[in-house]
Amino acid sequence: MYKVIIIGAGISGMSIARELSKYENLKIIVVERKSDVGWGVSKANTALIHGGYDDDPDLYPVRAKLCARGNDIWRKWVKELQIPSVWNGALVIAKNDEEMKELEILLKRGERNGVNGMRIISKEELLKMEPNLSPDSQGALWIPSVGQIAPIPAVVALAENAVDNGVKIIFDSPVEKIKVKDGKVKGVRVSNGFIEGDIIINAAGLYADEISKMAGLDYFTIHPRKGEYWLFDDTAGPKPKHVLFPAPTKKTKGVVVTTEVSGHLMIGPNAKDQDDKEDLANTKEGLEEVWNKAKLIWPKLPPRSKVIRTFAGLRPETKKADFIIKAEEVYGFINVAGIRSPGLTAAPAIAMEVKEIIERDLGIKLKKKNKWKPYRKEITHFFMLSPQQIREKIRENNAYGKIVCKCNKVSEGDILEAIERMKKIGIKVPSIDSIKFRTKATTGTCQGSFCRVKIAVILAREYNIPLWKVTLKGRGSEIGVGDVKSLLREVEA
Amino acid sequence: MIYDTVVIGGGPAGLAASIKAREEGLNVLLLDEKDYLGGILPQCIHPGFGLHYFKEDLTGPEFAHRLIEKLEDMGVEKRLTATVLDITVEGDKKKVKYVSPEGLESVATKSIIYASGARERHRFELGIVGDRVAGIFTAGEAQTLMDIYGVMPGKEVVIVGSGDVGLIMARRFALEGARVKAVVELMPYPGGLARNIVQCLQDFSIPLYLSHRVLEIRGRKRVEGVKIAKVDDNLESLPGTEFDMPCDTVIISAGLIPRIKLLKKLGVEMDANTGGPMVDENLETSISGIFVAGNALLINDLVDYVVEQGEIAALSAKKYVEGSLQPSRRIRIRAEGNLRFVVPQYVSGKRDVILYGRVKKPQEGAIFKFREIGEERRYPVVKPSEMFKIKLRVERIPSNIRELTLEVK
Ligand SMILES: Cc1cc2nc3c(=O)[nH]c(=O)nc-3n(C[C@H](O)[C@H](O)[C@H](O)COP(=O)(O)OP(=O)(O)OC[C@H]3O[C@@H](n4cnc5c(N)ncnc54)[C@H](O)[C@@H]3O)c2cc1C
Ligand SMILES: Cc1cc2nc3c(=O)[nH]c(=O)nc-3n(C[C@H](O)[C@H](O)[C@H](O)COP(=O)(O)OP(=O)(O)OC[C@H]3O[C@@H](n4cnc5c(N)ncnc54)[C@H](O)[C@@H]3O)c2cc1C
Repeated sequence: MYKVIIIGAGISGMSIARELSKYENLKIIVVERKSDVGWGVSKANTALIHGGYDDDPDLYPVRAKLCARGNDIWRKWVKELQIPSVWNGALVIAKNDEEMKELEILLKRGERNGVNGMRIISKEELLKMEPNLSPDSQGALWIPSVGQIAPIPAVVALAENAVDNGVKIIFDSPVEKIKVKDGKVKGVRVSNGFIEGDIIINAAGLYADEISKMAGLDYFTIHPRKGEYWLFDDTAGPKPKHVLFPAPTKKTKGVVVTTEVSGHLMIGPNAKDQDDKEDLANTKEGLEEVWNKAKLIWPKLPPRSKVIRTFAGLRPETKKADFIIKAEEVYGFINVAGIRSPGLTAAPAIAMEVKEIIERDLGIKLKKKNKWKPYRKEITHFFMLSPQQIREKIRENNAYGKIVCKCNKVSEGDILEAIERMKKIGIKVPSIDSIKFRTKATTGTCQGSFCRVKIAVILAREYNIPLWKVTLKGRGSEIGVGDVKSLLREVEA
Repeated sequence: MIYDTVVIGGGPAGLAASIKAREEGLNVLLLDEKDYLGGILPQCIHPGFGLHYFKEDLTGPEFAHRLIEKLEDMGVEKRLTATVLDITVEGDKKKVKYVSPEGLESVATKSIIYASGARERHRFELGIVGDRVAGIFTAGEAQTLMDIYGVMPGKEVVIVGSGDVGLIMARRFALEGARVKAVVELMPYPGGLARNIVQCLQDFSIPLYLSHRVLEIRGRKRVEGVKIAKVDDNLESLPGTEFDMPCDTVIISAGLIPRIKLLKKLGVEMDANTGGPMVDENLETSISGIFVAGNALLINDLVDYVVEQGEIAALSAKKYVEGSLQPSRRIRIRAEGNLRFVVPQYVSGKRDVILYGRVKKPQEGAIFKFREIGEERRYPVVKPSEMFKIKLRVERIPSNIRELTLEVK
């Protein structure tokens, strides 16, 4: 039995955990510094399952190899794990002759990377497909294989399935040190103890450089590159039918205009380098940049009063800009680093790659479990039920008859299911965001001003803690500072 | 079985409408999604309610209690924890679909009184950038935490918006020992009543920053501070005037928006100025038999008006059920000049009507004028914080007129 430690419960770490959970001679533990899965880079991104035409195989061979492959595997995974997804294809829009030439390059590159079904379409066909596009669009590259998923629900689904197959996750446990002896990894130190391991997989996102350094491997650094987004109310439009890209630049694929999986119009991201790995603030400049760029391809943006949220994510960039996925000279240490875009798309292929590395480079022969469970069921969403199903659910448990989030029609029953599953994967610090990403509560028109407190009340009851200790997004983000008389008592004392 | 009227929302508007409708002999069903009645009143533990209606100074819970007792005495049929999901209209018949722990129900009714209240604007709608962390609340959310659930949201507070709700929350925080570091108001004048500036801010030495804007909220896990700037006459922030203010809590109290999603879905005609539906003097919407009252109709500053609207809606529903409600969408009333809105937006011209309205900016020596009939009235001062009522007399309305403009100069 080999003990495997995966550092980081993002889309990479959880895909690897699920894939490795197929083997009976691996005992897997995932160590995560935050209070839930998927709260690193995997939380805030464009959520696209890219086609694979964008990654130049000469410059970024690993990306080029894994992107199209990941796209393929996702189609199976979203079914096995019931992850919300749409497969509506993308259009890369050219506005002049030069950009039309760029499309040819993308087309060739895509074909080289094994992307199927792409073709260049005329202005006429383009405007028929998307009548609200800017009229100065000249033509586009059509990539039918592009899809979209709900990224955190995807990580949650992987985590639930992995745990169901024997994986253990520990939260609120930043890795502080890695023990290496005689050129081999021995384990990791976290704040409250030491975890032994024979294989350590570094999938720590923005912090993968620091983790690598802990193992004595100091050949790359991770630079955060911020991308900002606007998200509109579900009633705001017009909304495109496909994912819309401008012609790409060297640095990014550009500001996308899309209707995301839940049906909201979303625009973003821009790309701005920074030093701070924790600075996720939205900036006026960044948001303006996104707005102006989106307007170039989608002139009929809704009024700003229809914005329900702005947010930002950080890409974990390395100088070479390719994924670093390999067994290092320290035996048992595998880096899964620099997982920038298209990391979400590539995640399942990354997991397969890691499995191969374990067999090929670590020389471990993996034995398949007889009873590995490929399926995971999505939680109940009241808003997706038919009247008949609603009646049945309420008969089963009348909590399904209590609406907590009215904007998105989320019932207390949905929330109780989410809590049960949070506990099952080992979440110790209850947070409103954990409920938000599992149920969609608080993400509608009112942005939670009516339901956040109701959710906190349910969490406090189910986790048996005082209401004020419920957090918004993990330890250190408690919703209150004490009971309502606590400050006055402090003054008296 | 068919109800005469189904009342959606058990706040003061819905309570008053239910009571009145029952008094008038209607067969009423009251629905509210919460597990208690009273709407937002139970969380407004300060006084200032009912000076007109009960001729007494009551707290929110006291005001609600009086209405609820009356409702119970009259035996109005009600369901709590019952969320209305959908309304459908087929000719004269309407169906209200709601869900509660008892199940999914669809009830038939002749009329509907829609009294679902308002929602609060949030920081994203205000364009406040920065971090999305703990310690940011809307005023109503903070009020619920403190006064329904007994939780202290924070220690050092900045309040965005100087409407009455913001001012009252500033005092509420100060009373519990928090340090309220600023109330920040975009406009050059406060949004709330003069008495609240004195009683809620000055009495507690809380600074009011007029013509200022909170640009940004910063913090890693919880709010650590805000960035504030002065604004010019066009409300644009003035470069070089930015300053930081440390705090751990930001309260957004920047206006309410009628909650009318279900009416919108039905295609009811809306008024962009109130954010609510267009109604006539019977408070009837563009769909006959659907009436609106309270904050779902327009944002009221006094609960007394809310109750008044609930009662008007109930009387109209009664006439509608009897078949004696006169169609009153004859004369369109428009707001102009320094006037943000006027409600009702339509009148019949066949009887006296009380118009509610709100000005855009404070003004001294304001002249209110019904342009087409030349009638004028003078007010020494008008302010956006105080809704006004003005009577339109039937004898002044020429019979051939189709449009009336009320302007404030
Ligand atoms: C703006 C933007 C847009 C993007 N758009 C797309 C897209 O459309 N399509 C696409 O395919 N990809 C996209 N990506 C890329 C994609 O989001 C990432 O490649 C992917 O999410 C990376 O996942 P990860 O699991 O490697 O990293 P993460 O999700 O960051 O996971 C790493 C985890 O490690 C944890 N961790 C860190 N340090 C420690 C420690 N010391 N101890 C324990 N745990 C630790 C972190 O808390 C985190 O949970 C985008 C990225 C950004 C930022
Ligand atoms: C902080 C604050 C201070 C105030 N101070 C004063 C004051 O000093 N004096 C004063 O006179 N007024 C004051 N007011 C104003 C007064 O409280 C409001 O004007 C009044 O409560 C509005 O009544 P309403 O019935 O329209 O709405 P609400 O009180 O909001 O009630 C609406 C009800 O409808 C329910 N509902 C909504 N949608 C549905 C649905 N689909 N299904 C079922 N139920 C639904 C809601 O749950 C709610 O219970 C204050 C308000 C606030 C927020």
